This record gives sequence, C-alpha cells and structure tokens, in this order.
Amino acid sequence: MNSRQKEVLTGPILNNNPIALQILGICSALAVTTKMETALVMSIAVTLVTACSNAAVASIRLQIPSSIRIIVQMTIIASLVILVDQFLKAFAFGISKQLSVFVGLIITNCIVMGRAEGFAMKNEPGISFLDGIGNGLGYSAILMLVAFFRELFGSGSLFGVQLLKLSRDGGWYDANGLMLLPPSAFFIIGFAIWILRTLKTDQLEEA
Amino acid sequence: MSRDSIGFTFLVSAALCVACSILVSGAAVGLRGRQEMNKENERKKNILSAAGLIEPGESVDIRKIYDERVTGIIVDLNTGQVVTDDKELFPDPQEYDQKAAADNPKMSIAIKPSEDLAGIKRRENYSWVYLINDENGKLSQYVLPIRGKGLWSTLWGFMALDTDLNTIAGLTFYEHGETPGLGGEVDNPKWKAQWRGKEVYGKDFETEIEVIKGNVNPESPNAIHEVDGLSGATITSRGVSHLLDFWLGNLGFKPYLENLREKGEKQ
Repeated sequence: MNSRQKEVLTGPILNNNPIALQILGICSALAVTTKMETALVMSIAVTLVTACSNAAVASIRLQIPSSIRIIVQMTIIASLVILVDQFLKAFAFGISKQLSVFVGLIITNCIVMGRAEGFAMKNEPGISFLDGIGNGLGYSAILMLVAFFRELFGSGSLFGVQLLKLSRDGGWYDANGLMLLPPSAFFIIGFAIWILRTLKTDQLEEA
Repeated sequence: MSRDSIGFTFLVSAALCVACSILVSGAAVGLRGRQEMNKENERKKNILSAAGLIEPGESVDIRKIYDERVTGIIVDLNTGQVVTDDKELFPDPQEYDQKAAADNPKMSIAIKPSEDLAGIKRRENYSWVYLINDENGKLSQYVLPIRGKGLWSTLWGFMALDTDLNTIAGLTFYEHGETPGLGGEVDNPKWKAQWRGKEVYGKDFETEIEVIKGNVNPESPNAIHEVDGLSGATITSRGVSHLLDFWLGNLGFKPYLENLREKGEKQ
C-alpha cells in the first residue's frame, strides 16, 4: 500500500474527519446513537454505501455528462441504499426496524454525496473506493464514540450488556435521561471537536 | 457523440436507470422470501405481546409459545359467526391472507366515506381472531387485528380483550410509518401499558374508548375509557381512537362480540 492510499484511507479518521472537521452527516449521528448496536450497523451501512458509490461514480466519471452529474450520483447512491435496506430487512430485521427511516436517509447523508462529487469525480475507482472506506471509518469513529457515551450513561449498558445496574431495577446507577435524547449527541460531538482541535491546532478555523 | 450532447445525456441516463432498476428489483425479489418470514415471525410476536405473553426484548422461542397458546380462528365480520371449519370458504384456513383479502373486491366490501372512521376504504369480509389460552388451556383472551390511518400511514396492530369482552388486556401496533419520536411513540411500551385494564364499551355497548388530548384525569368518571394522548401527535392519537371506534363497531367485531356475549349468557 503506497503512502497516498494510506493517507486516503486513514486521513479522514482524525485529520479530516467528515463529522468533526467537515461537519457533515450530523443528522444521523444524532438519531441512531442511543445504542451501540444500531450505531454499528449504521456505520457499516454508511461505509459500504460510500465506498461502493464512490467506486461506481469513479468508474463512469468520464462518461457522466456534466449537466446531469448530480442526478447520476444520486441515482447510484439511492440504488445502493435500497440494496442495503433490503438486506437489513432480510437478515437483521430487528435492527432494521430500529433504524427505521434512517437507513433510507443515508441517501441524503452529505458525506456520501460529498465524496462522490468531491473525490470520485476526479479519481480512479480503486482509490475512490478506499476514500469511501476511509470517510466511512471517520464517520463510524465519531458515531461509535457518541454511542458509547450515550448508551453507557443513558442506559448503563454497552451493546445491550448491562454494566451499571440501574436504580429502577434496584441498582445504584440513576440513568441520565438526557443522554437518550438527541441534544446529548450535540454535546458529545461538540466535546469531540473541541478535544480534536486542541490536539491538532491546524484544524482550527479563523475567527 | 460528445459527452455533453443531448443524445449522449439521454443515453447515459437511460442506461443508468436500467442498470439500477435491475439491481434494486433483483434484490427485492430475491430477498422477499426471507423478509416475509421475518414479518410473519414479527406478527406472531406481536400477537403474543398484545396478549402479554412475552415482554419486549425477551428472547424466547416465539413459534413454540405461539403454537402452545394461540389458536387462530376466522370470523365472518358481517354475521359474527366463526367460519374456520367452512370447507367451501376456506379449504385451507391457514392460507387465508387477510391483507390480500382486503384488496380483493370479491372478499371485501367498500365502506361508505361517512362510515369509514378508520380510513381504510375497503374492509375484508373475514378476519382472523386469535384465541389465547392460559397455562391450563382455558380460554383467557381474544386478540383482534385492527388497523387504520394515522398521520402518514396505516397503523396495523392487535387488541387483546379479556373474556368479559370489554376489558383491554393489551394493545400493540406492529407496522406503521408515523414520525419517529412523535406519532411513532405508539410503539412506546409505557404508552402501550396504559391500555391494560381500560374498558372499551360503555352502557348499551356503545364504544367509549378514546385517546384524549393531554393526560387522563383519574377523577373523571370516564377515566376507565380514556388513554393519554401522544404529545406532538394529535392526528396519530385521533387515528387510534377512530380505528378502535371502527373495529369495535358494527362494521368491525361488534357482531362477533355480541354473539359471544349471548352464548355466554345462555350458559
């Protein structure tokens, strides 16, 4: 693996994170992060869709007429998302019910569209695929981080395994209800951005 | 042909559409079997959960409990008679697909708009009713399939009635497309728990059960017939009231429930 491939694959995780630096895809990061399980499935789904749509767009980028390029990208992304949705309904029915509309809403996730337009239209399919995986991983990293805190403090569990015994079940831990509501994801993402930019000062925006 | 010419633009979009539709429809057809099986399991699970036999989140052998405790019968909604054994109508009762029947003009009736409280336009002539036995094999509940329009979608659910044919033993919706967090809260276990113990009929067997706006005042004489509204979901709440009104009325299960009641009084 040469250095460019490595950079494309790992760069979006810390240096150029789609959520923390580009502030894209916040909507679903709020919606599906109450539990780690749903966040993981959502992460995998977004990573797959971004990678495959990037590869597909890149492989026909020289044929796409510029007047309809956004529509072409959308069609490819939408088809892939429907595929993912169908597979989830067949093989992970419970989770697909919990994710409900948010699987369909991957279509409108700015990360997918942004990478197709910003990267895949100018690059070879192979490297575009890696770029999709990389950005998917960057998205996943934030999603898992948010879900970790929300599930642990909101329900006292991780991946559904009860770690802190809740007071309503006779334990000591008083569940933090705010963590189960969408605003808490804003706080956690905010803190993540703060920490990230304190460590990597080149990400600071000029005031 | 240049890349940006009109002809080439049409060619690319047509080719793309064909490729994508093949992909999408291939997946939809290929996976349908598994998806249907999941839905069937989900339906059984919801019958059991409406009857309070399983708690949400519990992992149990749904098919086993279902086979042990639940008996499905088919009821003629017009006459209120049980017709499961009518070999002419139902050579194989297990094959009766109520959802398909509701769309089939031969198996259903059109409902006049003035009477269509649930907003379902057509009602099938025959409906499944699920009889629930307690551990000793004694009949303990009737589970009735119900459905009706909410805000965006048709809500599909089950209502379990105790053997007094008036007290709700449970209510659950298993399929809907309401807004998550607002109307979607019809799934909320806390909200569903409120239904238990409410009475559906008042004097003269008029349907009294209602989802009200705001919280139920426990002092109110009607409290036994009332359930808290879902906040931010007025239309969904109203839809639930209306669909119950419909399915407990003359076009719904009332004839069947009246038959049962008469039989009970004779004994």
